[in-house]
This record gives sequence, structure tokens and C-alpha cells, in this order.
Amino acid sequence: MRNIAAIAQKELRSYFASPIGYIVLGLFALLYGYFYVTMLNYFVRQGMQMSMMGGGQQAINVNQMMIRPLLQNVTILILFMMPTVTMRAYAEEKRSGTIELLLTSPLSDWEIILGKFVGALALWGAMLAVTLVHIAVLFAYGRPEWKPIVTAYLGLVLMGGCFISVGLLISSLTKNQIVAGVATFTVFLLLWIVNWIGSFSGPTINAVTQYLSIVDQFDDFAKGVIDTSHLIYYISFISFGLFLTAKSVDSERWRG
Amino acid sequence: MIEVQHLTKQYGRVTAVNDISFRVERGEILGFLGPNGAGKTTTMRILTGYMPASEGKAIVAGFDVFDQPIEAKRRTGYLPETPPLYPDMTVVEYLDFVSKIKGVPAVGRQKRIREVMGRTRIADMADRMCSKLSKGYRQRVGLAQAIIHNPDVLILDEPTAGLDPKQIIETRELIKELAGSHTIVPSTHILPEVSQTCERVVIINKGRVVAEDTPQNLTARLQGSETLYVQVDSDGVDPVGALERIPGVTRVLQADRNDRAVGYEIESERGRDIRRDLAREVVGSGWGLLELRPMRLSLEEIFLSLTTDEKPAPAPEETAHA
Repeated sequence: MRNIAAIAQKELRSYFASPIGYIVLGLFALLYGYFYVTMLNYFVRQGMQMSMMGGGQQAINVNQMMIRPLLQNVTILILFMMPTVTMRAYAEEKRSGTIELLLTSPLSDWEIILGKFVGALALWGAMLAVTLVHIAVLFAYGRPEWKPIVTAYLGLVLMGGCFISVGLLISSLTKNQIVAGVATFTVFLLLWIVNWIGSFSGPTINAVTQYLSIVDQFDDFAKGVIDTSHLIYYISFISFGLFLTAKSVDSERWRG
Repeated sequence: MIEVQHLTKQYGRVTAVNDISFRVERGEILGFLGPNGAGKTTTMRILTGYMPASEGKAIVAGFDVFDQPIEAKRRTGYLPETPPLYPDMTVVEYLDFVSKIKGVPAVGRQKRIREVMGRTRIADMADRMCSKLSKGYRQRVGLAQAIIHNPDVLILDEPTAGLDPKQIIETRELIKELAGSHTIVPSTHILPEVSQTCERVVIINKGRVVAEDTPQNLTARLQGSETLYVQVDSDGVDPVGALERIPGVTRVLQADRNDRAVGYEIESERGRDIRRDLAREVVGSGWGLLELRPMRLSLEEIFLSLTTDEKPAPAPEETAHA
């Protein structure tokens, strides 16, 4: 446990010792801010139209009209940002030779992998913390319901974990950060749009591809529903990704 | 302290290490010698648990590196060929991180880091970024990293590579200083290195152990077969046949040629002095005997003779002063 913390801390430090952490956080905040402003405008306009048409009592739902689509858009941001977070995880250690330090220290492969996972997840947490500031503003001027927001954030954390586990796996396969980054982005994109093929195929394939799509699994969380099947999906996805990473690191050892 | 039994490592079809066995006792410095690509790094990586062997066994500090890797690694310090530094950490931050993952207890960790920095003479670079260190300092930080958890066994892959002469001497001194309390296995392809720091030498070539002894014994043993250097002006006649007929001569090799004077290396049976017969033969044939002297094999030449298939010609300045 202490070892995992040491690795995680080192990972987090390396994000912020280089510009990567700041750039990812800054650009994420910028794009998210843009989404936020456009959606807020849209929401306000909708609200005014409603009240002019005499909606009166039944105020429109800020959760449904604004927060949910906003957080669903965050999934697009993960797609672009997360490869830059995970691409160096193993690739850089292998290129610079520091992997020799890690693999000859009294650490298990799992401690190294979990340390890296937790470190990346912490950066993702920092990115999500930025979005919480905006949500807090909504609370200051309105009365959104907090429960669906909590479930949505739970979903976002888990979804981020899935992307991180895939990113770590791909990073462990190469020495080259750029290769890792591009390959990770491609795989993320595939995992995101895998359900498109389903809409042209039969219902069975449709159900399968729908299930495989990381982002589709998030929809229920955004609606405020915690479905155990989605929970299990995310957790098993993360475990499987990390398991394959462990196998990849181990096989690298054997191959030399 | 270290016991290596029939270690073999194959990369696909290439055999990098082929059935290597040796032992290192507690507190001993064992030089690991071999040309580049001989399998030194591979052997060291197996000993440190970086990669598993294809066959064979390695026991470090009483623990099998394959069956109980964590225990073995706890007792091993390793300096790879390129010091494994994180460029974006300062020296202190780096040593702090390493001491954490090497299991140095939190109590007394800072003291230990200061102590090691003092010992490896990097205290003045404590707050410098690792990326800004010179080659010599990188190497020393690498060494500090290897000894931070006070391991029983220290494995150093070419610890003096790329250092300037002053730094080389300092590193050697440091290795000698550490020897009492640690078992040390430095590798190198530079010979003086070995004769000055190591008590015993294992020479490997093409993945096999070709010799294992003290530097002194190694020198003595290889000089066992007497070798003479003789320079003859034979008026254009090939003297090899005549030289080979001298009783006791086992091998005649042409070493150099300088206009009409041709130098030969003549190996003879052990303990038999053929100088008298040799001189008589040359002079009796009416040739000019320009030079005749016993050849001293330097450790360098022993190394070359063990690790190369062909006998190398002696260095030119060797023949110049006679």
C-alpha cells in the first residue's frame, strides 16, 4: 500500500513537474468552460421562452436540460485529453531506462501498475474538480438536484478509470510516447463509436455493441441511475485493462 | 552471497548467456569482465531480478531471485548502465522516492539520504534537477540510489563508463570503501579497473565464462606457456620452418614486419627455456638476430587472448622499446 502511494505520488509529481499536467488541466478547463457557457445560454433562453409561453409553475429542470448534457460532453474531453495523460506512463520509463529502477526495486508489478493507475486517476480527479466549480455556481443561482450530479460524477470517475486502464496497457506496449498517444486515441475512439455499427445490424449485435461502448454505459449514471450492471461493467473493464497491462509488463521481462 | 548456477538466457534464437556459474563470497569484490555484448548486462539483469533466466538458478543474499524476488531485491542495489534518473526530480526528491520504494523506513530516512549524499559526494547538488547534472554526477547519484537501502549485494554495470580520469579514481575509491560491508560485483570492459579494485575476476565472452581467478593468478597462469618475441632479418628466406623445428617450440606466429626485419611470437612448452637454441639456430643460419626477449602478457592481452579467437598482434609500441 505504501509502495502504491509512493508510485502514485511520483506519477502525480511528474505530471506537474512537466508542462503536461498544467496544459491538460488548463485546456480541459477552457473547453469545459466553453461547453458550460453555451449550454448555460441555451438553458437560459429555453427558460425565458418557457416562462413567456406561460410555463410559470413548472420550472424547467436544470438537471435535465443543462447538467446532464454538460457532463455527457465531458466524455468527449476525456477522449482527447486522456491519451496525453497515460501515453508516457510506461513508454517514458522504458525509453529513459528508469523502468530498470522500478523493476529491480522490491515492488510487485501490481504495485507499480496500481500506483500509476491511481496517479493518473488523481489527475483526472483534479480535472473533474475544475468542473465542480462550475456546478457550484449553478447551486448558487438555482436549485439543481444533487443526487443525479453525484451519480454522474461517480460515472465519470469510473469511465476515466476505464480509459486510463486502456491507456496504461497501450503505453506498456511501446517505448515511444507518440505511438502510445496515437494508438490510445484510436482505441478510445473505437470504444466510443463501437455502437454505431450496431444500428445497422440486427438487434443482438446492437445490444452487444451498445454494451461495449464505454460512453453508452455512462448515460444512466448521468440520469441519476446507478445500475449494478454498469458498475460491474466499468469495474471489470478497469480490472481487465490492468490485468492485461500486468501481463504485458511481465511478457516484456521474458522477452528482454 | 551470490550463487549463480548454470544460468542461461535466450532472446528468441540468440543465446546471450550460456550456462554461466560462479560464486561470490560475502564482502568480496568480483570483477565481471568481458567485451561489449558478452552477456554482462544480461547476467546482471537476471541477478537483479529485472528479467528471468531461461534456465538455471541465481541465489542472491540467500534468496532465489526468481522464487522470492521481493526478498532478493530488498538486499540488492543495482546501478544499470545508464543511471535510472527521473529528469524532472531534484537529487533529493529522487533519493527520497527511491528510498521509499526500496523500503527505507520513514524514521531516519532523511538522515540516511544525507549520509548517502555525503558518501557519494553529491551533497552540493542536492537541489539540482537530475536533468541538469553532468555525466559524473549522474553516475554518482546512480550509485547513491543503489546503496540507499544499505543492500548486502551491490551490482554495478560499468560504474566508471564515461567518467573522466579523476572521477574514475574517485569511483574506484568509493567502491573499495563500500567493499567491507557489501558484496560488490562491478562489470567493465576496461582492464586496469579490475586489477585495481577487484579481488577476483570472472571473464565472460559470448555468454560463457572463459576464466575465473584473481587478477594475479590469471596473469601468472597465462604466462605459463612461455612466449618469446624474436626479430629476425633472414635475407628474404622464410625462417618459420627452421624456427618450428627447434625442440620445445609449439607455435610460431608472425607478429610484425618492418622492411626486412620480421618479428615472430614463439610459444614453447612450459618451463623449457629455448632462448639458447633459438639464438643458435638464427645465428647459425646466417640471419641477423635483431631482437630476442620474453613477452610479458599484460592483463589486457590475457583478456584479448581469452575473448578473441584470433591471436591479436601486439601493440606497436610493445616492440618499439625492447
